[in-house]
Amino acid sequence: MSANQDDANLLEVRGLTKTFGTLTACDDIDLTVAKGEIHALLGENGAGKSTLVKMLFGTLEPNSGEIFWNGQAVTITNPGFAKKLGIGMVFQHFSLFEALTAAENIALSLDDGSPISTIAAKARALSYSYGLPLDPQSLVGDLSVGERQRIEIIRCLLQTPQLIILDEPTSVLTPQEADKLFETLERLRSEGKSILYISHRLEEVKRICDRATVLRHGKVVGHCNPRKETAASLARMMVGNDVQAVVRAPAQGIETAQPLLEICALSRKPATPFSIPLRNINLTVRAGEVIGIAGVAGNGQGEFFESVSGEVPQQDAASVRIRGKDAGGLSITGRRLMGAAFVPEERLGHGAAPRMKLSENLLLSRHATDGKVFVGAGGMVKSDAIYAAAQRIIKAMDVRKSAADPEAAALSGGNLQKFIVGRELDRRPSVMVVNQPTWGVDAGAAAHIRQTLIELARSGSAVLVISQDLDELFEISDAIAVMHNGELSKPLPIAEATFEKIGLLMGGAEPGHAEHALETS
Amino acid sequence: MDITVNILLTIATAATPLLIAAIGELVVERSGVLNLGVEGMMIMGAVGGFGAGYLTGSPWIGLLAAIALGAVFSLLFAVMTLSLATNQVATGLSLTLLGLGLSGMMGTSFVGQPGARLPNLDIPGLTAMPVIGRLLFGQDPIFYISIALTAAVMWFLFKTRTGLTLRSIGDSHTSAHALGIEVIRYRYLAVIFGGACAGLAGGHLSLVYTPQWVENMTAGRGWIALALVVFASWRPWRVLAGAYIFGAVWIGQLHAQAFGIPVPSQLLSSLPYLATIVVLVLISRNKRLTMMNTPASLGQPFVPDR
Repeated sequence: MSANQDDANLLEVRGLTKTFGTLTACDDIDLTVAKGEIHALLGENGAGKSTLVKMLFGTLEPNSGEIFWNGQAVTITNPGFAKKLGIGMVFQHFSLFEALTAAENIALSLDDGSPISTIAAKARALSYSYGLPLDPQSLVGDLSVGERQRIEIIRCLLQTPQLIILDEPTSVLTPQEADKLFETLERLRSEGKSILYISHRLEEVKRICDRATVLRHGKVVGHCNPRKETAASLARMMVGNDVQAVVRAPAQGIETAQPLLEICALSRKPATPFSIPLRNINLTVRAGEVIGIAGVAGNGQGEFFESVSGEVPQQDAASVRIRGKDAGGLSITGRRLMGAAFVPEERLGHGAAPRMKLSENLLLSRHATDGKVFVGAGGMVKSDAIYAAAQRIIKAMDVRKSAADPEAAALSGGNLQKFIVGRELDRRPSVMVVNQPTWGVDAGAAAHIRQTLIELARSGSAVLVISQDLDELFEISDAIAVMHNGELSKPLPIAEATFEKIGLLMGGAEPGHAEHALETS
Repeated sequence: MDITVNILLTIATAATPLLIAAIGELVVERSGVLNLGVEGMMIMGAVGGFGAGYLTGSPWIGLLAAIALGAVFSLLFAVMTLSLATNQVATGLSLTLLGLGLSGMMGTSFVGQPGARLPNLDIPGLTAMPVIGRLLFGQDPIFYISIALTAAVMWFLFKTRTGLTLRSIGDSHTSAHALGIEVIRYRYLAVIFGGACAGLAGGHLSLVYTPQWVENMTAGRGWIALALVVFASWRPWRVLAGAYIFGAVWIGQLHAQAFGIPVPSQLLSSLPYLATIVVLVLISRNKRLTMMNTPASLGQPFVPDR
């Protein structure tokens, strides 16, 4: 840093504080972002990252503290003003309109009056140049999480901001796509733009970020140069103590173990004109093993999960078999009664009813399987038993919350995910199918969820994990299969799998040719 | 031939107030606000239009008064639901009850008085043409306003950036807020536009349809307009179609009753409702289009975090 440090600072935050009732979400935060740097904001769920960023973007008003933009004190009262200053934001919980097309969504955040067709052309060109291909005419409601995030990123870049705030941007990208994004970010940095980068992937932060600010429980606990730290030392700063590394004991005698979940020739026609058909999927998950399914968002994982969980029952009853019995025609409840448990990707709306309490959500998913415990004579609900079970799950999974039995929507994403996973694990299911187990969950909590999934498998259950997070799949899986365009590759035993091989399969290389493509590339 | 023309003219007159009130409510609902007070705003427009026309002798001043009273009355709803975040359903219902009561009180001295009627269009040479002359160039001014309004709302919602913004607010007010769109301001303007339209529709009743003041003279037309918006899946041209189908079957069954057709009159009276619903359900079979056009945040109060 040179002597005229003040001039180099694009954004400076002094003593920013935000309280909600008795909770101090941000406590006296100091932060500086220099021109042309990628600055990481690290912290666990509930550390105050989102609250801080919302104050910078004008959707929350700070109780006290000052924000300086290019050395000038500013009061950011609304997102419109933040955009005028030159602050762009890519949200983790997307701010898109489902009933509108991608182009219309982008147009809404641009203030110029150019026609939609011009904006669509610009967006398409920009998206391809950054390696994030996008069809501007597609309806957002039809798109996967990953594709929606591309719209958010492109929308932000089209506003040509000076500071770009990215909240967990790579969670839904393939390693190759993430590389392209990093190139983009580096290009933006070389153009003199600044980036505030929120991520829980410490390797990524080490790779691209120049400086890092670490938050814990609403306070700044340190500034550091992530390149000089190790992933473990960064994690220690975030969590306050050492993060337990996930331990995966080798699976024993899996070849002869009983198959608990069998998918046989599962096919499905596309439900809407834009969704992906499933093409002749075969997979066996045996007692004691964890199988991972990798793939870029929107390649049929959602459709596959719906078919396996029974959200959409199949015509062919033998296409899904649970513990040796046909289950293809059964509903979710029917499959649960056979000993299976499911954790869908969307927490609010699928995994939990947002406006209902945690105990009520527990009853909703387990009234059939645990009828004897939760429902008494004459169909009366046993509130005490449900409450006690909810508290047991909360304790087992270390769910952090503001009230004894809050509404699901009141929890942060990571904490709600811990509760939903815990709710299913609490049943000791013999088949567990999880879609994106740790999306948006911080390092400490994610390690906990991953460890419990491995332990469930080792205790004799079959575990199937669909995830876009390759690090996660390599950490927990005994074999990894890849889904591409509705087809599923053969599971690759973890000893033979590499990032490159899986990445190529995710990009659509022929299953048999992955090795060959590697040699020639 | 003359009979046909006369019937077509009465159909247009019956459909016009429904069309105007429904188009106004469509804009309101596209912004994500459910205002069930259409009936109340309409009757306020009717009494205000009649009163101003009667007192000044000018139906044009009556027309302006009808629009103004509907808009002012809707402002009450806007302040309650948007600034104070009250429940939209309950507030809308009480707006209707308040409007019916208040208009009755305001109108006591108008009962039985002769009102001012808006003159029909009369263009020398054109209006006198056979058949099409009276249909195209000889109707009341509000008829022309209703058609122009429908076209203007279609253009506004689907061709302008402001219209896109309004639709986006109806789809997700939280996303719109995150983009820096002033959700509450747009909704205020939409609600006031809807109120002005409902007032105009009420003015049509007391200045054109039956130029006199009768308590409760809207007779449920506000509710029909509300239903039309939903059954038309929030699309303007379908509202137009629905209003005219309703008007046509309504006039048709009146004639059928006059001819003494041996069908219970109650059944005939229910025909307009049935026919409109059947037709609109048939044309909205496309689930995708319906999904795209339904305002997802309809009726939810919006309170930004602070």
